Amino acid sequence: MIDQLVHLLGYDFAQNALAAGLVVGIVCGVVSRFVVMRNMAFAVHALSELGFTGSAGAILIGASPVVGLMAGTTITALFIGALGVRVRERDSVVGIAMAFGLGLGVLFLSLYPRYATQAFSILFGSITGVSRGDVVLLVGIGVVTLIALAVMYRPLTFATVDPEVAEARGVPVRQLAIAFLLVMAAAVAEAIQVVGVLLILTLLITPGATAERLTVSPIRATVYSVVIALVAVEGGILLALATNLPVSVYVTSLSFAGYLVARWIVGPLAVGRASRRTVEGAS
Amino acid sequence: MSDPAVRFDSATLEYHGRRIWSDMSLAFEAGSFVAILGPNGSGKTSLLRVILGLAPLRAGDVQVLGHAPRRGDPGIGYVPQHQSLDADLPLRGRDLVQLGVDGHRWGIGWPSAASRRRVDAALQAVAAEPFADAPIGRLSGGEQQRLRIAQALVGDPRLLLCDEPLASLDLRYQQGITDLIGGWQRGGERTVLFVTHDVNPVLELVDQVLFVVNGRWAMGTPDEVLTSERMTALYGSHVDVLRVHGRILVVGESSGSGFEVEEPHHLPTIPDDDRHPNRPTA
Repeated sequence: MIDQLVHLLGYDFAQNALAAGLVVGIVCGVVSRFVVMRNMAFAVHALSELGFTGSAGAILIGASPVVGLMAGTTITALFIGALGVRVRERDSVVGIAMAFGLGLGVLFLSLYPRYATQAFSILFGSITGVSRGDVVLLVGIGVVTLIALAVMYRPLTFATVDPEVAEARGVPVRQLAIAFLLVMAAAVAEAIQVVGVLLILTLLITPGATAERLTVSPIRATVYSVVIALVAVEGGILLALATNLPVSVYVTSLSFAGYLVARWIVGPLAVGRASRRTVEGAS
Repeated sequence: MSDPAVRFDSATLEYHGRRIWSDMSLAFEAGSFVAILGPNGSGKTSLLRVILGLAPLRAGDVQVLGHAPRRGDPGIGYVPQHQSLDADLPLRGRDLVQLGVDGHRWGIGWPSAASRRRVDAALQAVAAEPFADAPIGRLSGGEQQRLRIAQALVGDPRLLLCDEPLASLDLRYQQGITDLIGGWQRGGERTVLFVTHDVNPVLELVDQVLFVVNGRWAMGTPDEVLTSERMTALYGSHVDVLRVHGRILVVGESSGSGFEVEEPHHLPTIPDDDRHPNRPTA
């Protein structure tokens, strides 16, 4: 097993996968923090499925599936941003967009019969299949996304946890909501490369939700979330290389195991300490 | 005499096409504590939004701290209506106050020693240090409200806007919060606009009262405004203002026991031949 891993690590495809995984892990770690705090799991799911439609359409016209993926998630993000301003409306708009977009996906799929294997790799991930060109594209999108996140990190946090005061202090709450949807679109397109459309939540919900169980400090939670996403992605790739099972199997297992450990073992201790400190201080 | 902190000139405000008030001219003097009273839906929160630069006037003019309202004016602190926070929200009181220092700026905002000192000072001023490092969603309403005040005051504003800061707080917490705000206001040329449906907790602090009902308003000292005659004129139906043990009760004419202090949730527009008195309270 170890011999096989060491042997495979000498190949381009394995190195490409690990390089792409590094960027994907960092992007997803940061983005999942905000996805969890802003309750946007459903929107992630819709972006992901319409990314599938986008890549199916791209393959049909002979374009790059990665570009189609980006186009699909970005158009969906803009649609949700334009119509789903209020939280109450948002889920309906997401559902409406998702239903129609998936219908289109079925159409593209039926127009292109030889699509089945590629469809499988988009639905369940194919990071070990990415080319050098795809890696460059993924790293490029990832770097731009991380710069955008670094610029908006503080006001986005303000707008997320305390929207009324943020608005009063001049934070462009509405524009940030749309900007964050676009960041999500990029993160979803990146994560689909690793775990595929159907398993997207394992990288865009689980790390953020796990980190919340470990600490109440926002900046520390973001760091933990990135570490968890990186361990899941890179660990998943390495285990898959060693055993010939799909990457997504290991990524989902690692992130799920991390959540259970945080929820039942580490988390109660960490948060319990913080609460106890209060009680002692107050008495 | 210094310029007023806020001045409205012939101001008209609409909200979703509904006229809240029109042709309102009044000034809140700098260094005064103003209670803004009136039933729900009378435009108290809208008034704050105009001052914050979040809602434009339909007509007329408003000046805030000597200029037109600006979003994010550092001269203004804002304490929003209390709402309960998710118990699992990964945020400490310290972080909430930190957002008041620099949350509106771009960038990641790595913690610095200087901003930490400001946060510590603000936490100390509201006696919130003992619970500043706990998850904010697990604190009591009173503790959360102390942190809100620290967040509003950490930027050292000249004008503090409070929107029902006492709502849903126990009486003992209400006293603590009003003491904090009153103490801050007396510490310099500082103005407080305090939206509330019950004037009694802040009666000792109040210089001026603005009472808004159904597009009409009255402004003056509590003794001038909170009288049976003025309130009856404002509401357009008979209202008694009672003073009991130093408290002021505003009671509509058919409000049962006479000590009913419930406030109407929507102010009905009452046709002249069918007056149905509300049970307002101040």
